[in-house]
Amino acid sequence: MAEQIVWDEVTEGLEIGPVVRHPTSQQLVKYAGASGDYYQIHYDKDFAQGTGLEDIILHGALKNAFLGTLVTDWMGPRGNLRRLSCQYRGMDIPGRPITARGVVTGKYEDGGDYLVDCEIWLENAQGQRTTPGRATVSLPRS
Amino acid sequence: MSTTPSFLTEEMRQQAIGAVSEPRTLEVEKGAIIKFAEAIGDDNPVYNDEAAARASQYGGLVAPPTFLRSAVAARPDLPFDVPFDRVLDGGSDWEYFEPVRPGDRITAVSRIEDVTERNGSIGLMLIQTIVISYTNQFGQLVATQTNTSIRY
Repeated sequence: MAEQIVWDEVTEGLEIGPVVRHPTSQQLVKYAGASGDYYQIHYDKDFAQGTGLEDIILHGALKNAFLGTLVTDWMGPRGNLRRLSCQYRGMDIPGRPITARGVVTGKYEDGGDYLVDCEIWLENAQGQRTTPGRATVSLPRS
Repeated sequence: MSTTPSFLTEEMRQQAIGAVSEPRTLEVEKGAIIKFAEAIGDDNPVYNDEAAARASQYGGLVAPPTFLRSAVAARPDLPFDVPFDRVLDGGSDWEYFEPVRPGDRITAVSRIEDVTERNGSIGLMLIQTIVISYTNQFGQLVATQTNTSIRY
């Protein structure tokens, strides 16, 4: 199990990740089944191309989940996820690796909770941030 | 660059804001949580290992943060016809208040927070922001998701 990160030792600028993910068309089918999102642009190439896309694309919500895992793995078993957001700025295609990473942007105390704000994102092999977002977690002090 | 004429009036916008969907309830099954965690490639034991989860801060299995996407909320109807048939998910902003556990009955209700339009590279777009509230069987608000969708 990963070591627990503690609030007192977190500093602004601290990097989160990177974690490289290798989504496949099989994973998109699994995600479709698990989430109930059966929109065909995520598994039917002819259908996807018929809507003007170059290929099938990752579900936005799957990318949201990748960012969730990035943060929950980083915050450790005693951390708590309070907020998680992302925007879908660019399409990602299965078979191409995407990298999840982030950076701490601030830390503060609020009503007895010790919180950390992070900027998080997924980037493609060209380094473009296809899915930028933010997260707030609470952490133990020691 | 040519721009498509405006579609949305301020009056239409004001009519849409505040519209609420019918509630939909999801029974959270342990197998569905395990399957969801596996599908997103997250092997955190709090999602799939009963014994490890019991020893965790949650005292039992919980659902991954975006699991509530499978509690598909009804979308409130816009009070006017929309001349666009394509839709893209623009993104989500989640706030979390309580864990979601196997056996929970989660009721999702969505409300239109705003509708705006914008001329972009794909022409005129209608940007709709909804807030989905997820409440468990004890009446506790477990999470909210502010979701943006783009119709074009």
